[in-house]
Amino acid sequence: MSTNKTGFQAARWNEALISELSEEGARGIVPPAVDAEIAAAVGDVAASLPPGARRAAPPDLPEVTQHRVLRHFLRLSQMCMGFDVTTDMMGTCTMKYSPKAHEHIARGAKLADLHPLQGVDSLQGLLELMYRFNRIMCEISGMDEFTFQPASGAQGIYTNACLIRAYHESRGDLGKRDEIITTSFSHPADAATPAVAGFKVITLMPGEMGFAGVDALKAAISDRTAGLMLTNPEDTGQYNPNIRQFVDLVHEAGGLCAYDQANGNPLLGVVRAGDTGFDMCQFNLHKTFSAPHGSLGMGCAAVGVKDFLRKFLPRPLVAEDGSGGYRLDYDQGEGIDKIRAFIGNVHAVLKAYSWVMSLGAEGLRAVAETAVLNNNYMLTKMRGMRGVTIPWPANNYPKLEQVRYSFEQMFAETGVTSHDVIDRMVDFGVQHCMPSHVPMLVPEPFTVEPGESLTVAEMDQMLAALQAISDEAYSDAEKAQGGPYNASTTRIDGDVPEDPDCWAFTYRGYQRKKPMWTSENRRKIERHDGGY
Amino acid sequence: MSDDNGFIHPYVPNAAPVPLRRLLKEIGVDNVTDLYVSVPEELQVKGLLNLPDALPSEHDLRRHVEAIIGKNLSCRDHLNFCGAGCWQHYVPAICDEITGRGEFLTAYGGGTYSDHGKNQAMFEFQSLIGELVGLEVVGTPSYDMGAAVNSAVTMACRITARRGVLLSGAVSGDMRSQISGFTKMVADVDTIALDAASGLIDLDDLKSKLTSDIGAVYFENPNYFGLIESRGAEIAEIVHAAGALLVVGVDPLSLGVLAAPGDYGADIVCGQIQPLGIHMYGGGGCAGFIASRDEERFVSEYPMILMSIAPGAEEGDFGFAWSTMQRTSYDKRHDSEDYAGTTQWLWGIGAAVYLSLMGPRGMEEVASGILQRTRYAAERINELKGISVAHLDSAFFKEFIIDFADSGKSVAEVNAALLVNGIFGGKDLSGEFPEFGQSALYCVTEIHGKKDIDRLVDSLAEVLS
Amino acid sequence: MTFRLGLIVNPIAGMGGTVGLKGSDTPEIVARARELGAEPQAPERAGQALGAIVAANVALDLFAAPGEMGEAEARAAGFTPKVIGSPVEGDTVAEDSVRAAQAMAELPVDLILFAGGDGTARDLVRAIGGQVPVVGIPAGVKMHSAVYATNPRAAARMVLRYMQGGISIRELEVMDIDEAAFREGAVSAKLYGYLKVPYLPDLVQGTKAGGVSRDRTALAGIAVRIAEAMEPGRLYILGPGTTMRAVADKIGVEKTLLGVDLVRDGERIATDAGERDILAALDGTATIAVTPIGGQGHFFGRGNQQISAQIISRVGLEHITVAATMEKIASLRDNLLHVDTGDRALDARFSGWRRVITGYHTDTVCRVST
Repeated sequence: MSTNKTGFQAARWNEALISELSEEGARGIVPPAVDAEIAAAVGDVAASLPPGARRAAPPDLPEVTQHRVLRHFLRLSQMCMGFDVTTDMMGTCTMKYSPKAHEHIARGAKLADLHPLQGVDSLQGLLELMYRFNRIMCEISGMDEFTFQPASGAQGIYTNACLIRAYHESRGDLGKRDEIITTSFSHPADAATPAVAGFKVITLMPGEMGFAGVDALKAAISDRTAGLMLTNPEDTGQYNPNIRQFVDLVHEAGGLCAYDQANGNPLLGVVRAGDTGFDMCQFNLHKTFSAPHGSLGMGCAAVGVKDFLRKFLPRPLVAEDGSGGYRLDYDQGEGIDKIRAFIGNVHAVLKAYSWVMSLGAEGLRAVAETAVLNNNYMLTKMRGMRGVTIPWPANNYPKLEQVRYSFEQMFAETGVTSHDVIDRMVDFGVQHCMPSHVPMLVPEPFTVEPGESLTVAEMDQMLAALQAISDEAYSDAEKAQGGPYNASTTRIDGDVPEDPDCWAFTYRGYQRKKPMWTSENRRKIERHDGGY
Repeated sequence: MSDDNGFIHPYVPNAAPVPLRRLLKEIGVDNVTDLYVSVPEELQVKGLLNLPDALPSEHDLRRHVEAIIGKNLSCRDHLNFCGAGCWQHYVPAICDEITGRGEFLTAYGGGTYSDHGKNQAMFEFQSLIGELVGLEVVGTPSYDMGAAVNSAVTMACRITARRGVLLSGAVSGDMRSQISGFTKMVADVDTIALDAASGLIDLDDLKSKLTSDIGAVYFENPNYFGLIESRGAEIAEIVHAAGALLVVGVDPLSLGVLAAPGDYGADIVCGQIQPLGIHMYGGGGCAGFIASRDEERFVSEYPMILMSIAPGAEEGDFGFAWSTMQRTSYDKRHDSEDYAGTTQWLWGIGAAVYLSLMGPRGMEEVASGILQRTRYAAERINELKGISVAHLDSAFFKEFIIDFADSGKSVAEVNAALLVNGIFGGKDLSGEFPEFGQSALYCVTEIHGKKDIDRLVDSLAEVLS
Repeated sequence: MTFRLGLIVNPIAGMGGTVGLKGSDTPEIVARARELGAEPQAPERAGQALGAIVAANVALDLFAAPGEMGEAEARAAGFTPKVIGSPVEGDTVAEDSVRAAQAMAELPVDLILFAGGDGTARDLVRAIGGQVPVVGIPAGVKMHSAVYATNPRAAARMVLRYMQGGISIRELEVMDIDEAAFREGAVSAKLYGYLKVPYLPDLVQGTKAGGVSRDRTALAGIAVRIAEAMEPGRLYILGPGTTMRAVADKIGVEKTLLGVDLVRDGERIATDAGERDILAALDGTATIAVTPIGGQGHFFGRGNQQISAQIISRVGLEHITVAATMEKIASLRDNLLHVDTGDRALDARFSGWRRVITGYHTDTVCRVST
């Protein structure tokens, strides 16, 4: 019996763990048989392995008949709210429709069954695809050259940090220039990856407008400044209008500027990183460019640079071969060390390319503008929702593609938190929103990014769900706090994954530690509800 | 767009005039451009970008893109013997079915209650890998094997509070590059020499380099050249005696037959996910994993998301949640020593399906079959005049080196000639390992039948004559 | 193990303030307040919080201070409390509060819920310091101390969340004087001590699990950074607070939590130094290292007035190190720092932006307001 007007009920298969479905003798698939002549010629090679190399006992994998494996994973897929099945407005994620046509093209043998080292003569189609998309990305971003080697946004940003490092190193300045400036609402990777690359990180806090002011940046700049790495608009959906001044100030101080375009959806065809003065940038192909998110990965980052940085890009680069074809340039030169094996997640490149080709320049602009339109529609409606406040009231600009709301007032008046709302909303058949990344400066945060794919009816469905929860918070707070009620699983004991005595990351660990879950001697866990 | 005539396209419904005008009205602005006032005019693009003409028709788009990639030759219609970190194995239909499911394909950051199925599939990936490697903690997928190795060796350094890393010399050039870049600021990396005869690490050289500064020792099993290391337990003892941690890299597809490194003393295991039911995608199928014992001092250093099981509200119920996120760069931000983000979870799900289908017998059969086919191929090739297979007397899995020195031909020439016969020859090692001269790394898997191997042998014979 | 909740209500808290009487709630002021028509605030507020906890229907053992100090409110809400800390005839409410709190800490209870004013917070500091976390129900018209929740319902929510385990703990400063009086420009405020308070919202996670505590990492990073930068022969004037205590730990010296200590060449040369002691020790180069008070963000003028304007001027603005975890920075209103040295001209020299050390290799910049 559903507890909301939509009548939504998540599938709840209570599907056992695969290891518990094992039946002796069952087989899911039979590997190819070895030809009798081969077996006769070489014998049982496994048996003649040196003792130290041979496995003592077969691995304890489950034995499951084929159709049961299929059913198992299909049932699991039914308990998963991908964008294909329902509205997902998770902030900072840029959820959008991943067109099926692109999937079908990518799954063909001419892309799926390519070996990266099979030789450029047999990969001309792939190289042409990458080359064309490179040119497209240059036009979109105002950069001069792209690599698609990094396998995610964070890895793309790390690549930017490595490029900055290589640049200063080439000028003998690395010892002197060891500080990267970022902002609190840039993605955590904008602070983490420069730290991993060996830089000191200076984080600018937001002022009353919700973004850092020029005077804050000026205070942070010195002759130790190596660069600026930030997201704009930030994860709050607010564009920092001083961005050009930021870039100029960092350039004057001798630093480089890297534009994390994770939130680039509203800027497609509207603003280019190159025109804003940036020296390099990165885009998430699995966000902005519609390649599917893949349950947290088939990620790919497009990292673009201005001409003077081209020599530092990791190899190989795709280049024209001078006779109408393409080649891979492996000449290391001053290229930074490889970020990832081979040339990149080419399936994501194909899908991104297809998406841009389908839309064209006018379409890209429509994507950006519609994302902003949809977001401001959501904002208009949510403003009036009881318990919702919009932080940084001094900032009167319309937001761009996402909004970070606050349920602080709802919490104060009812005790219902943003995490309660997040847990409760899945009962309405929609994917939940995300609160905030760290630092969670906004109390009871709730970040919504509708993207450009959704219809008005789908946005209204989400609004209806949130309104219902708001109403519930003010009339029956306990109910609002107790969700979800119709999800694929009942509420879990959240301390277990945080407790070293209880956590279990494998079936083996689970069997060993399960008794501890009900023990009297469990330790008290101080934990938090995080921002993910 | 930018006027209320809108833009009609299947991917952007609200750009059409009717919803566009309605939304503008609800928001209270005349034009979408009014919503961009925070963006300075002078930064905005004037007019439209200069992009190729649009292909809004799905039919036209498919023709266009398929024509481009149609210029590729695929490993489905050509005989492929390339390996070197990405391998052609059989991808079961059910793996494709599941990795193609829209629910998994288009899920992302959903949590305990909205994406229970994804979480369970991930937990099962962790579990099944754990069985193969003999360890109780397995993380969610890394970007690739190199990233897994980077995370693992730097973890080991943090755990031991030491800076030194010793890498086996039998590691790919690409991986050496990845490690060099990542560890530049935090670790001192040195190489363990290889024994010329066996192609495996020289234990004397290892011992001589194992100072009290060394935190991590890394070797692969099988190594980059396909050679199988049987002295794992002995190496573990040597490494531990010096106070360092042993990190072993594996091809999980070999572990139906090869020893689980957790059983012979590896502290951290890294591995590739691609061989487990994932198409090569020109290298896009690559993903990695790391695993260790369940000890707080190890778990606290994992950089990636860890999926833990947890009890539900009723007897027998369970769910899953991301554990201890304060380990990760999501929380640590500028205090991070490693970074986390979207990686390759979909391939982890595919691998969970693969391992569920294969079971212990399947894994044992595929590995032992590969051992047989590889040996058959190596022995037949070795008989050819002008070429020889390195370390023929050693045990090797899936890959071996062919030395073309005596043939007078370069690997490039040979590969070009093989291509004419519809064959992709092995990876040219002459640049990566100049000491091997004109050598190539050949890969034989369960997809190669006797006919395929014989065809390679005959083609090589023809090319060399 | 059933959760143990302690309950202490200061029945006269805030009564003076409601009828415009300033000063502490002594029996005289309370009597006068009653004449003026003041009603007790705390019991009713406590009742609201307890009602919300009862409604949540969670299992807990309630330990209440006797009579009006908790027992009565608990029964009224429907609890069957265990009474703890028997009252002593003739004692003030403050003394009874202290006794009850100490008894609760000894049990120990898992959390103490208390209703009162600034004075009650100081009683708790005296009684138990950071031994047991506390949640404050504000009584009286305006509460400024960060140890209080915004309202009784929020306090109840804090208790319930803490019971679930979904909350982190912070150490919050308690000042030594009445906040209201202080706001009217009264005498210098000293740092009275710290209470441990469950904290919502989480700004930057500082929780413990798997052996890694992020806040400890940041503090450790700050400590190492400052310690590594220490030069031989130089005088280091270390201000109060846990951040500077972490620095002292790193060097290997003892440090008073609430006072200013002097360090040179890895040795502590003065403990809880006053202005004169510091001036006497100032012979050559020196560095002042301070951390802002959470909430208002003063790094001079609250809790460390011993570091006087004269001392600051002699040391020089360029030799002042301000350190704070990102969590503390994030908790400052508008991320502003404040100074109040007593010398307006000196204060003015601070205004503008200043680097703040937030970790081993991380900084931020904050505007200083005067």
